[in-house]
Amino acid sequence: MVSNRPRITKVLDVIEESSTVRSLLFKDEMCSKAKPGQFMMVWIPGVDEIPMSISIMKDDQAGLTVRKVGEASTALFNMRVGSMIGIRGPYGNGFNPIIGKVMIVGAGTGLAPLMPLLEILTNKSASIDMIVGGKTMEEFIFVNKIKEILSKTESKIVVTTEDGSHGIKGLATDAILPILREKRFDMIYTCGPELMMKKVFEMAQEFNLPVQASLERVMKCGIGICGSCCIGKYNVCKDGPVFNSSKLKEVKDEFGLFKRDHSGKRVIF
Amino acid sequence: MQEPDLSVEIAGFKMKNPLMLASGILGTSIASLKKVFEAGAGAVITKSIGYKARVGYDNPTLVEVHGGYLNAIGLSNPGVKEFYDELSNSKIGDLPLVVSLFGAKPSEFKEMVSILDELNIKAYELNLSCPHVKGFGIEVGQDPKAIREIVKSTKEETKKPLFVKLSPNVSDIVKIAKVAENSGADALTIMNTIRAMSIDIETFRPILANKIGGLSGPAIKPIAVRCVYEVSRSVRIPIIGCGGITSWQDAIEFFLAGARAVQIGTAIAYEGLGVFGKIKKGIRDYLIMKEKESVRDIVGLSHGF
Repeated sequence: MVSNRPRITKVLDVIEESSTVRSLLFKDEMCSKAKPGQFMMVWIPGVDEIPMSISIMKDDQAGLTVRKVGEASTALFNMRVGSMIGIRGPYGNGFNPIIGKVMIVGAGTGLAPLMPLLEILTNKSASIDMIVGGKTMEEFIFVNKIKEILSKTESKIVVTTEDGSHGIKGLATDAILPILREKRFDMIYTCGPELMMKKVFEMAQEFNLPVQASLERVMKCGIGICGSCCIGKYNVCKDGPVFNSSKLKEVKDEFGLFKRDHSGKRVIF
Repeated sequence: MQEPDLSVEIAGFKMKNPLMLASGILGTSIASLKKVFEAGAGAVITKSIGYKARVGYDNPTLVEVHGGYLNAIGLSNPGVKEFYDELSNSKIGDLPLVVSLFGAKPSEFKEMVSILDELNIKAYELNLSCPHVKGFGIEVGQDPKAIREIVKSTKEETKKPLFVKLSPNVSDIVKIAKVAENSGADALTIMNTIRAMSIDIETFRPILANKIGGLSGPAIKPIAVRCVYEVSRSVRIPIIGCGGITSWQDAIEFFLAGARAVQIGTAIAYEGLGVFGKIKKGIRDYLIMKEKESVRDIVGLSHGF
């Protein structure tokens, strides 16, 4: 059986999340049954193939959420209903959902892999504290959906924007400290800019709390052989993308310090 | 019966066992190469390094086919200076490290070796056989004059062993192998991937962004065995077998064909790094079963028939 080959599927629905972010929904049996936090390699024929978190899983359908930034993400953003894409995966380890009191810290499109996790956690966790960060109100995605999911369980949501246009002015990480001082958590999940995740990890260390962070690196093969996405001795595509506290400690010389570009050259954050 | 000896030596380069990590797989950093070594490899080879940085091709750079994988990564590498910088800041220690190099001209190889030579590198492998990058690799590797000049001038620059990795995409690999030997190569790695292609029937498009890539994996193994067999009849220098080795039986076949060591790459996609330990144990058990004291004792045995 040949499995690491694009499965061609048609875009079934395009959801406008913000002026620069859209979600695409498509039929893909395998990715519809993925673990939260797993990703897929998405082939945009004639353009590129890029790793994307699975942000939606329902019935036999899966979805991704893309912000238009470069050539490939813009091509994906511009896809319409009926456009053809190729899907490989699901790949990577995914989040490990736990029973207990959890905190979730997400920012920007880093919320994408956290959405399926959130849905599972609402049925599992004792309580959820969700911190959502963004640059400005216009760029916020998923906020209403998050509120709706969270309404089903004991929860709290804190929104921060860098320009103060919505919620608390500042970074997501600014909002965490007072919460950590007040309440004891069993797990912190995070996905977003790496420097934010590093800060979350450092604060969690201070309070002796375990973390699961979803990292991002340049990916080519997606199956753990080309080495493009290496961090320390790990490959983000295979050993990650979710790193727990002990793995994050092992890669402390790289995490939040540098990543590699397409040539393998180290680039400082 | 005593424990069979798995150690081999190639042009003075001693390895605890005959299994090497093939170039292009996982070899971006010393940390990842160390992990492969700890998994049981006798030697590890970096991704191919060039004089200047290359980002490589756009994705898709890899696609699975029946019996293997096609790849066209496109020799992405940070360039020799950045690579030197990273290596000199890493703890190489006892790591049996081989650096793979590619280039278009003899002067590039010479320059790269002069930069890298002071590091704790045990040997170089010259990649004269990448099947899908214009101006490098195979275009060099099928030209006897280019091979001669590259091997000779690199040899002048270093005392470390030089392995030359050859391509099956030539009309006569034996002829090319002899040229490499006569130019001073200390060993030959046989072989690189085979030019191949895969097309998606829904979109009518070649899947790889570069359209053509190199085929690796079990599908190419019989071709590699044949190449090793033919070349080992006509050269004296050691041969390192490479091409589709996924089991201990595969490795044994290469030894019998005339390889002194073997390289493993694509098998990692199927089995993970545990494949090194598995193949090593299989070779050991085979040697015991056949009452051989050393893996060296089975090299080339198929030539007796």
